Amino acid sequence: MYDFTYEKPSSLADAVKALSGDMDAKALAGGQTFIPVLKQRLNKPSTVVDLSKLGLSGITVAGDKIVIGAMTRHADVASNPDIQAKIPGLAYLASMIGDEAVRHRGTIGGSLANNDPAACYPSAILALGGTIKTDRRSIAADDFFQGMFTTALEQGEIITSIELPIPQKSAYEKFRNPASRYAIVGVFVAKHASGVRLAITGAGQGGVFRHTEMEKALSANFSPDAISGIVTPADGLNGDIHASAEYRAHLIGVVSKRAVAKAA
Amino acid sequence: MGFEGIGASVRRKEDVRFLSGKGNYTDDINRPGQLYAVIKRADRAHAKINRIDIAAASAAPGVVKVFVGEDMAAEGIGGLPCGWQIHNKDGSPMAEPPHPVIATGKVRHVGDPVAVVIATSKQEARNAAELLEIDYTDLPAVANLTDAVKPGAVEVHDGVAGNICYDWVIGDKAVVDGVFASAHKVVKLDLTNNRLIPNAMEPRVALGDFDTSSGDFTLYTTSQNPHVIRLLMGAFVLHIPENKLRVFAPDVGGGFGSKIYHYAEEAIVTWAAGKLRRPVKWTAERSESFMSDAHGRDHVSTAEMAIDNEGHFLGLRITTLANMGAYLSTFAPAVPTYLYATLLAGVYKTPVIYCNVKAVFTNTVPVDAYRGAGRPEATYLLERLVDVIAYETGIDKVELRRKNFIPADAFPYQTPVALQYDSGDYQTTLKVALKNADWDGFEARRAEAKKRGKLRGIGISTYLEACGIAPSAVVGSLGARAGLYEVAEIRVHPTGSVTVFTGTHSHGQGHETTLAQLVVDQLGVPFDQVEVVHGDTAKIPFGMGTYGSRSLAVGGSAMVKAMDKVIAKGKKIAAHLMEASVEDIEFKNNTFTVAGTDKSKTLTDISLAAYVPHNYPIEELEPGLDETAFYDPKNFTFPGGCHIAEVEIDPETGVVAMVNFTAVDDVGRVINPMIVEGQVQGGVAQGIGQALLEGCGYDADGQLTTGSFMDYTMPRANDIPNMSVATENTMCTHNPLGSKGCGEVGAIGSPPAVINAVVDALKDYGVRHLDMPATGAKLWSIIQAATPRMAAE
Ligand SMILES: Cc1cc2nc3c(=O)[nH]c(=O)nc-3n(C[C@H](O)[C@H](O)[C@H](O)COP(=O)(O)OP(=O)(O)OC[C@H]3O[C@@H](n4cnc5c(N)ncnc54)[C@H](O)[C@@H]3O)c2cc1C
Repeated sequence: MYDFTYEKPSSLADAVKALSGDMDAKALAGGQTFIPVLKQRLNKPSTVVDLSKLGLSGITVAGDKIVIGAMTRHADVASNPDIQAKIPGLAYLASMIGDEAVRHRGTIGGSLANNDPAACYPSAILALGGTIKTDRRSIAADDFFQGMFTTALEQGEIITSIELPIPQKSAYEKFRNPASRYAIVGVFVAKHASGVRLAITGAGQGGVFRHTEMEKALSANFSPDAISGIVTPADGLNGDIHASAEYRAHLIGVVSKRAVAKAA
Repeated sequence: MGFEGIGASVRRKEDVRFLSGKGNYTDDINRPGQLYAVIKRADRAHAKINRIDIAAASAAPGVVKVFVGEDMAAEGIGGLPCGWQIHNKDGSPMAEPPHPVIATGKVRHVGDPVAVVIATSKQEARNAAELLEIDYTDLPAVANLTDAVKPGAVEVHDGVAGNICYDWVIGDKAVVDGVFASAHKVVKLDLTNNRLIPNAMEPRVALGDFDTSSGDFTLYTTSQNPHVIRLLMGAFVLHIPENKLRVFAPDVGGGFGSKIYHYAEEAIVTWAAGKLRRPVKWTAERSESFMSDAHGRDHVSTAEMAIDNEGHFLGLRITTLANMGAYLSTFAPAVPTYLYATLLAGVYKTPVIYCNVKAVFTNTVPVDAYRGAGRPEATYLLERLVDVIAYETGIDKVELRRKNFIPADAFPYQTPVALQYDSGDYQTTLKVALKNADWDGFEARRAEAKKRGKLRGIGISTYLEACGIAPSAVVGSLGARAGLYEVAEIRVHPTGSVTVFTGTHSHGQGHETTLAQLVVDQLGVPFDQVEVVHGDTAKIPFGMGTYGSRSLAVGGSAMVKAMDKVIAKGKKIAAHLMEASVEDIEFKNNTFTVAGTDKSKTLTDISLAAYVPHNYPIEELEPGLDETAFYDPKNFTFPGGCHIAEVEIDPETGVVAMVNFTAVDDVGRVINPMIVEGQVQGGVAQGIGQALLEGCGYDADGQLTTGSFMDYTMPRANDIPNMSVATENTMCTHNPLGSKGCGEVGAIGSPPAVINAVVDALKDYGVRHLDMPATGAKLWSIIQAATPRMAAE
């Protein structure tokens, strides 16, 4: 990595200041994406602002919502009894990210800020209809994800927590890239009182997206059969050495049915 | 302390230090005043180097020196040598284009070294390397074997026409063609053997040191064979005499072949240390390993078997293209010839065989031996072909194998492809494997899986390999530029403990344990009083290192010979001390006894007398008890056996799950059953990796498409099923231990078993063959293409 200045502020205001004053300053959460990028010299930050002393981790149940601090590690989400009971799909999703080491460092806030098109969490937040809280505002999941590695976050804006409505049912199914084990197709389905939301990660050229046709069918009949006839076109899907766009299109159908079967 | 001799599953003594973080790896070694080298590598596959501007890099903070290829060439530094010369079918020698240590004139593969930046820290060296300005003219590249041999293909080396390194044959084509012309049936199969990236856990490291007072060089390196590196680098590259060059390979974290070869970085740091009079260290980054460690496999073949109406094999005819990469790595030319084509008889009595191998240069990383080296390629080809014969004739695949086996009473057995097998019993390993795998119960398991919506398949491979490499005279006649004996020194210390100096090298195999058990067995010295030293040319007389499953069969045999000498000398000392005749002295259980009496002396009594020779036959015998033996094997050893794989395919996704794996191997005498089991498991894991997951890819421009673990699928623990591993051994008849070798059998026997199982699972889809790796995406396409046809039927 290139040389940089390291800061570990102990207040959110100081962290925001450090990040906003300098276009080349970058936040560091669990480092599971950022540090490999630094090691490969693909990024040259002036200052790295470590968010670990801001008190941003923790999981609380607040009425019909679960609030997860941005710095909460994947392993803590996976093993949290409230999440396991109320949003089992999310606990399972977290348990399937990377390996033990990654899960004990990586954070939900880092994953969402990064918005890797093959990352798992974005599908959950979108399907759950969550809200991303930052140092300055609340952003609805539907507005937050804006394409590969692109989010609604402004320069220097820090995610502080994620607020997730507790659905009636939820499940995540992931078809893994055999090499990286990120999602080739990841499907998060959530059945809410207001209807079903189903989001797909790994497949879309524009990153995570909702499958409205499936949502409509599932809202009428929450069963795998309801979507078995739905064909997803390959246009707009990713193709790479591991999976063609056609294969991904097919997998969206298979993996979605499995997610629904698991949730139902 | 229980029984710790031959046959005991003694826990690996080296694991205590490895598991507690106390291993001493090359990168753990640091020398005073050490500098750090960063290699600037070609980012393109083929280009002319017009100019390298080093000014900015040289002036950067911390930089001590920047070297380019011309700097080495100007000092008469030769290219990296190739250790094996193959001859073309017309008798002319293979094309052997220069392999500069640092590229001069052209770069020929992504990762080719272009310059080295040496600085006081790695960070400074990396910073400066970015300031190098290299002006290239890009040239079209060729990465793929079949493209490289097309007329008009880009030439990787000027003057190497058609990119052919050699065009080699074994067998009599006219005779084989004659057999084919009159055969009942000919079964033909086109297949590839996928290219692999070895990925040892420890990346390569080289640290060169120069002692300004003595003028001695030391190279610390991640090597499987330090003496070979000393010989190759000292004699052929840097012109440093052996007495002035020490090569030390301390703990090495896996090699699988990729650390056999003499690499450019070793020469660079050693040479630079001499120039700069300071130690210079280079440590590979993982992404460098992908583009600079020798790759493995990469064959394209056509195989044909002529059979009679009962399925007896009458003749085998093969043509193979083998990728050499951009330059010849140390042993590359031997792999697709003497380690491949000579194995094509396998376990079968095929009477005539003809094989033509064309080795081909491409703009890719050099390809060389990788766990199994040539033998996995031969085994895969043969065992796939046998299954296709069964498929086309309707003969049961087990029966077909049985009827073509070399019978157990036919040994020694001369194959039509040069090798003479000393021992084996293929019916037995087959029988036991079928039983252990519950072969007969398979159809019930298939039916049960079908109920769950899964396609279950079973596959078998009955394989043979040649290891214990190798008789020097034989390999010499086949083009080796080295002998392949092994060396052992047994030092009995004054108080009876023993240090073994072996020329083999342990990089995960557990030699410190297995070889110590030989001493327990033969000298009766307790296990904890035996130390095994390896890897240091300053300590070990000589050695050819570890590869080709040779450490026990050849290195262990050298130890037996040296211990025989210790015992012989001990008997003379004992005879003197006990006033008996040498002929009457017997040695057993650490004790010399005068036959028929109760007079005895322990080995410790004798060693003490040898080092404190007050009462000693000093007129006839030198003091001391320290013996060395060189052992040159009389033949290769021939492990073999039967592997059975069971898979389940999810037809909706194409994904294959390995559900069962059974191995029954004949590895000769087993010293430590637990270590053998571990070696087989590890080899099978690599074989499953090749069959289902791994595949190195290059795009049309010669860029590596699998340049990191994000894209190169290394098998993980949960890709590998629990395995049933057993041995059914016949003894090697020509070495004193009877051992054959177990290091590579897993990687050799397993890939065809897995693919045969995948093809079997897809039998309702009309699948006759598919190439490795059998990824979900590939199988899904196959299933997709077949489904409409099935629906129509
Ligand atoms: C081997 C491996 C396997 C993996 N497998 C998976 C997988 O299967 N599925 C998956 O989804 N992910 C996977 N990941 C990624 C992992 O989940 C990362 O932890 C995650 O993507 C980033 O989180 P982090 O906390 O490590 O963030 P960091 O790497 O520290 O930061 C990532 C980016 O987010 C920014 N950032 C971090 N926190 C905040 C914040 N609170 N507010 C604003 N910006 C912020 C940083 O500035 C940086 O740009 C894997 C990673 C590795 C190394």
